[in-house]
Amino acid sequence: MSPEFPKKVRSDLNPSRVLTFRIDGRDVSARADESILIVARQNGIAIPTLCHLDGLSERGACRLCIVEIKGSARLQPACVTYPRQDMEVVTTSERVVAYRRKILELLFTERNHVCSVCVSNGHCELQDLAVELGVSHVRYPYLYPGYPVDASHERFCVDHNRCVLCLRCVRVCDEIEGAHTWDVMGRGITSQVIIDLNQPWGTSETCTSCGKCVQVCPTGALTEKGRSVAEISRRRRFLPYLQMMRERRDER
Amino acid sequence: MILHSEDLHRIARDEQDRRDGFRHQVHVCMAAGCLSCGSGEVKQALEAEVARRGLAGRCQVKGVGCLGLCAAGPLVAVDDGATRYQGVQAADAAAIVDALGGSPVERLRCSGDMAFFQRQTRIVTENCGRIDPERIEEYIAAAGYHGLHRALTGMSRQEVIDEVGHSGLRGRGGAGFPAGLKWTAVAKAGDSLKFVICNADEGDPGAFMDRSVLESDPHRVIEGMAIAGYAIGASQGFIYVRAEYPLAVKRVRHALAQAERLGLLGNGIFHTPFTFHIKVRLGAGAFVCGEETALIASIEGRMGRPRPRPPFPAEFGLWEHPTLINNVETFANVAPIIRNGAAWFSAIGTEKSRGTKVFALAGKVVNTGLIEVPMGTTLRDIVFEIGGGIPGGRRFKAVQTGGPSGGCIPSQFLDMPVDYESLAQVGSIMGSGGMIVIDDSACMVDVARFFMEFCMTESCGKCVPCRVGTRQIHDLLARITAGQATPADQATLEDLCDLVRHTSLCGLGQSSPNPVLTTLKYFRDEYHAHIHERRCLAGACSAAGEVV
Ligand SMILES: Cc1cc2nc3c(=O)[nH]c(=O)nc-3n(C[C@H](O)[C@H](O)[C@H](O)COP(=O)(O)O)c2cc1C
Ligand code: SF4
Ligand code: FES
Repeated sequence: MSPEFPKKVRSDLNPSRVLTFRIDGRDVSARADESILIVARQNGIAIPTLCHLDGLSERGACRLCIVEIKGSARLQPACVTYPRQDMEVVTTSERVVAYRRKILELLFTERNHVCSVCVSNGHCELQDLAVELGVSHVRYPYLYPGYPVDASHERFCVDHNRCVLCLRCVRVCDEIEGAHTWDVMGRGITSQVIIDLNQPWGTSETCTSCGKCVQVCPTGALTEKGRSVAEISRRRRFLPYLQMMRERRDER
Repeated sequence: MILHSEDLHRIARDEQDRRDGFRHQVHVCMAAGCLSCGSGEVKQALEAEVARRGLAGRCQVKGVGCLGLCAAGPLVAVDDGATRYQGVQAADAAAIVDALGGSPVERLRCSGDMAFFQRQTRIVTENCGRIDPERIEEYIAAAGYHGLHRALTGMSRQEVIDEVGHSGLRGRGGAGFPAGLKWTAVAKAGDSLKFVICNADEGDPGAFMDRSVLESDPHRVIEGMAIAGYAIGASQGFIYVRAEYPLAVKRVRHALAQAERLGLLGNGIFHTPFTFHIKVRLGAGAFVCGEETALIASIEGRMGRPRPRPPFPAEFGLWEHPTLINNVETFANVAPIIRNGAAWFSAIGTEKSRGTKVFALAGKVVNTGLIEVPMGTTLRDIVFEIGGGIPGGRRFKAVQTGGPSGGCIPSQFLDMPVDYESLAQVGSIMGSGGMIVIDDSACMVDVARFFMEFCMTESCGKCVPCRVGTRQIHDLLARITAGQATPADQATLEDLCDLVRHTSLCGLGQSSPNPVLTTLKYFRDEYHAHIHERRCLAGACSAAGEVV
């Protein structure tokens, strides 16, 4: 089954239109096809994100980037919401910040994110988000699922206990590498990323061992073997490279 | 080929003549419910009995769609409902044939004969139980395809949209969005390629309205879709129906083939330039595939997961083209509206909720089955008049509407009119039409837990609040029913409900807390008893009971 994300860019947005709106009381200008998230970043306004990654299609799934839009009761994810003329966006209201914190706490309860024993300790986006959002304790019970670790690939390792189901690996593999080795299986709380037809990574015939999935993984779920805590830093400059690759592909 | 209204009239006349040739009509329900308890054999036995007595030319035995009182099947209706029999077995055939024209067989007569059948108003189900769903001629004889003819030959697209708009018809798939507005949006979208989709994914536990309509009167839905296609400028439609409904799928396919053969679907319908084709797509039965963006993804061959809206399908739908997506029952109302006019339709129901609604009445009520009532009918009328009240000397406790996205409505609202606004006001929703009656033997915390379990297992897992939140809420409810929860757990429960409701991506997550929120609101004492006294007021939760 092909993945859930539509391939093409949003054809309903007109990139030649420019408009102005407000974020946190500041006047900003935007092209109609730039999301609120992009425009906020251009203006130095940080909005927490997890499933978003520059260069990959958007999912609007982690819900950490939710913002308030004045006049609308519904909270909207900034990564997939596009500005309208004179819209007023609030990114740090008490309500939104509290929700973000709780969503992050839910993520912490879902699998086993024990930083002290994780190879990504210190280089983990989940950890960074917890610091950024001031999550110091989790108010919901931990679910403690016992997921397997697959170390069958000669260079890489996947530990499902640390997966946050952002599906960056699935997207980078499909959209950039074109291998479509990764996919998701199951639904709801039993969802899991899988290799090909749910087989050990080492037996995959589609995997090109390019390592892009490992580079984009926000946590310690996908790692390179033989790297210790200090060594595992992700090559962040890899991300603009992805973006470039993607733009080139779109032009084709 | 049918090219003119005369052709329709001729078929209708022939059908009437055929019918008039019989002195008696014996209708046997051949919808899934009755079929499963043996109505197929009953029909065969009746046919054999009629043939044996040489009455074949005078008495017609006919398979029809749903007769409504599904729990009492197999059902047989004689002479257009003059007499109805329930629980009929093949062995009863002789007695039924004996009684034709005389006094009915008392031991088989429907107990619910009176109010159950008389208090209903049938638009969507007007042909259910009256026509053979496998014969297009019978649908045509019941004024079928006259609406399509009228739209194509006598009305502009805008006039058709206006008619639907003025009728006040609102979407019957859950949210109640005005159909006319949606049609206008798709009609206005600037794209030469557009699609019509009929949502027949019906996934609420216990709901079977759409299945019944498709099984009993498939042409009505096809005609509604064709009229919609004309109005919005689409020439291709899809019916997305769940694979678990094999009979509905079979009847729809059969009906599509008949309509194509007569030229009521295809190129140049009724000698006009209008072309319309319909394909069937099967859903694999995930509840979330009923959500419109997930359904569209599924038709496209992608994974059936919702995506954020906007953009809405009206603008950016199937294969990125403007797409009209309506529910089965919504489309089923269209032909009668075009045939009889908006004024006729809007005279039924309440000011903001026009027309009728079909409900699948289930749970602790005497007459369970499929009913259609005018919007605004009170819950009391539905449960106690049509439904015949609560069986076993038990007391009414609540009625659950809207399935896992809806809420539990307590007895103080029994006199509330059933319409979109009133239901929303008490924290529930109309939903697609599931209505489950709950008596005093049920624990409301456990009812909430049941629905949360459904949402937890049906969550697609895409967004975090729904994926993890429904599981956490479910676990908390299970703790409460087990008598192991603390007051802090109840606070956490309310806090999580608020989070999931306001931050989930699609309607499944957003509405999943409704059963919890309404039971917390109206049956708070039950939560309190479980938590503070380790006691289940209904005596239903055994674990909680032990402590007492
Ligand atoms: C989780 C979920 C499940 C749904 N399931 C159904 C369904 O089974 N049938 C249906 O008609 N609409 C369903 N809907 C509503 C559809 O998304 C859509 O609103 C509807 O088909 C529009 O038709 P209407 O305007 O005629 O009601 C569902 C929505 C959600 C969020
Ligand atoms: S709310 Fe639930 S069903 Fe809807 S997208 Fe999120 S996880 Fe999937
Ligand atoms: S970054 Fe926007 S929803 Fe995840």
